[in-house]
Amino acid sequence: MKVRVHIERRPEIADPEGSTVARALSDLGFDEVAGVRMNRVIDLEVEGDDPEQVKARVAEMCRQLLANPVLEDFEVEIVG
Amino acid sequence: MRVAVVVFPGTNCERDVVRALRLLGADPELVWHRETDLSGFDGVVLPGGFAHGDALRTGAIAALSPIMEPVRKMAEAGRPVLGICNGFQILCESGLLPGALIPNRDLAFICRYVEVEVVDDTTVLTAAAEPGQVLRIPLNSYEGNWVDPSRTGRVVVRYRDDPNGSQDRAAAVANAAGNVVGIMPHPERATDSLLGSEDGLVLLEGFVCSLQPVRA
Repeated sequence: MKVRVHIERRPEIADPEGSTVARALSDLGFDEVAGVRMNRVIDLEVEGDDPEQVKARVAEMCRQLLANPVLEDFEVEIVG
Repeated sequence: MRVAVVVFPGTNCERDVVRALRLLGADPELVWHRETDLSGFDGVVLPGGFAHGDALRTGAIAALSPIMEPVRKMAEAGRPVLGICNGFQILCESGLLPGALIPNRDLAFICRYVEVEVVDDTTVLTAAAEPGQVLRIPLNSYEGNWVDPSRTGRVVVRYRDDPNGSQDRAAAVANAAGNVVGIMPHPERATDSLLGSEDGLVLLEGFVCSLQPVRA
């Protein structure tokens, strides 16, 4: 089963890289950009038949390693 | 007093730490991160470097190494646990210190001397220093920007300027008990005036002085 994990830093936590990219876009004339967040996507290939069970296991992987609970939220999605 | 200096794949400051601790009369020993036992050691240092190539997040993989179990036990027993630079990041990732370290505000790898001020002398890193004491120590990091949404970390050493955006200008942070401390600049690289500064000695001296056997 193909599983996609979206990891994003919580909105109240600074994202220096995102701010830099936002400034660069503004320098290019894309003045409509109000904010950029450099979120992460992790794709996993996981063995299992029950999507709910697979999602629960991957959520546990996020809590233990893939995301930093101090700063980040995550979402688990079955993509194939 | 025996000090374990932990080596992960990618650690690169362990020899400087060993040299500095020896200079101060301690008995340091390099310990590989796959070891599972630290009995017989009175304290532990996680030195700087790029453990596991900083894969995923700095310190994230190292925080799961087998050695972290005995490190956690030492922390719980009240023994001195010090993380320097990458070691600070590993202590945050393992939950032994609050907060996390994210890229510097200006996205630059900072490699220069900084001035820091001791603000709390009740931890194993600052026991030999005076509050208000100003030290000149090298800072060498990209992820040195400490963020602590919980606001439970004790800032014990503070940057005098604001090099990297770190919350409360924190250069070193302790747990509530003061026996686990992480510091972003490198005191072990400021231990000889011939090399620019010996201001790091007073911090490592505090660590060495704190290495008292703990009653079981």
